[in-house]
Amino acid sequence: MSGRTPNQKAWWLVLPVVVLVAFNAVIPLMTVVNYSVQETFGDNQFFFEGVTWFEQILHSSRFHEALQRQLLFTAIVLAIELPLGVAIALAMPRRGAWASVCLVLMAMPLLIPWNVVGAMWNILALPDIGLLGHSLNAMGFDYNFTRQPLSAWLTLITMDVWHWTSLVVLLAYAGLSAIPNAFYQAARIDGASGWAVFCFIQLPKMKRVLMIAVLLRFMDSFMIYTEAIVLTGGGPGNATSLLSIDLVKIALGQFDLGPAAAMSLIYFLIILLLSWVFYTVMTRDEPQ
Amino acid sequence: MESTGLGWMAWTWQTAAFFIFIAAALIAMGIWERYAPGGNPRRGAFGIDTTRGDRLFISLLAAAFVHLLWLAFIGTPLWGATLLSAGLAVLVFRYV
Repeated sequence: MSGRTPNQKAWWLVLPVVVLVAFNAVIPLMTVVNYSVQETFGDNQFFFEGVTWFEQILHSSRFHEALQRQLLFTAIVLAIELPLGVAIALAMPRRGAWASVCLVLMAMPLLIPWNVVGAMWNILALPDIGLLGHSLNAMGFDYNFTRQPLSAWLTLITMDVWHWTSLVVLLAYAGLSAIPNAFYQAARIDGASGWAVFCFIQLPKMKRVLMIAVLLRFMDSFMIYTEAIVLTGGGPGNATSLLSIDLVKIALGQFDLGPAAAMSLIYFLIILLLSWVFYTVMTRDEPQ
Repeated sequence: MESTGLGWMAWTWQTAAFFIFIAAALIAMGIWERYAPGGNPRRGAFGIDTTRGDRLFISLLAAAFVHLLWLAFIGTPLWGATLLSAGLAVLVFRYV
């Protein structure tokens, strides 16, 4: 019986968390699964439809286009935010008053509510009265994010980079701060270049925090809704209708709860798969 | 089309059976763990470190995608996808 846990009291200590997770995650998820196989016209009446909604969503060009837009958006913001965040963290001072000033400045975008970020960037980018939009037009650029898909995408990506690069910076900074000075001293004795120090000391030591950064940024950017809906509303046309925006349009705009539930589950499975792949690939070489 | 309104969660026997299967799988894993503690960790195919729980997760996730891909490219009925998923689960528990 040596393998058994001698004290079972720990189960009671985790019980509140289990109950909380059951109410805020498991039960809603079960309800979504139930909705995904039925049709409802309100009044709590449901009609079994089997996998019809899944078939419809999987063959829907609207879903394919929203998924492509979502994957493109996530790939672009990850490709910009990760290297930029690491570069800023490397440039930040490690100690002294300026270190605190930089940390506070970096934390500020993260403290702003998401709908406020969207509203701020909307006002900033308005082509006639916004500081950014008006300046760009005054400089000769043809910029109008409410009418041109490319302008809308550039504004959306810039907004996300402004809002979330700080998270990568703070995580990378924490990873860099945890590297003992002895590593740098040894590198100096060996005559290592700055690039070699980055490749063989800083980057490997930041691996775990960067993995957390990749996972958080991937999941958040894949589920982005508030900032995007406030900034562009999914437009112009459907140019910035990302998956979550399209999902809300189906669920609350059209009140098609069955297809929306099926789409939610497919969306959830894609996030689950990609997060698992990221996590597995990034932790594969670590010792057990 | 029959009405299957079973309260606010809109249960159907099909979805209830699905969740009972998941719960049964978790209970079975718990019993397995009690008789063979430690989770049988190993480095399997693809160089991934897995325990029994990981292998169940991989099997369930793979089953979900096998069913979705079957539905997208072949269509209903889904019995073929279910058999394929079961075979895949055996391979995952044996080699991954």
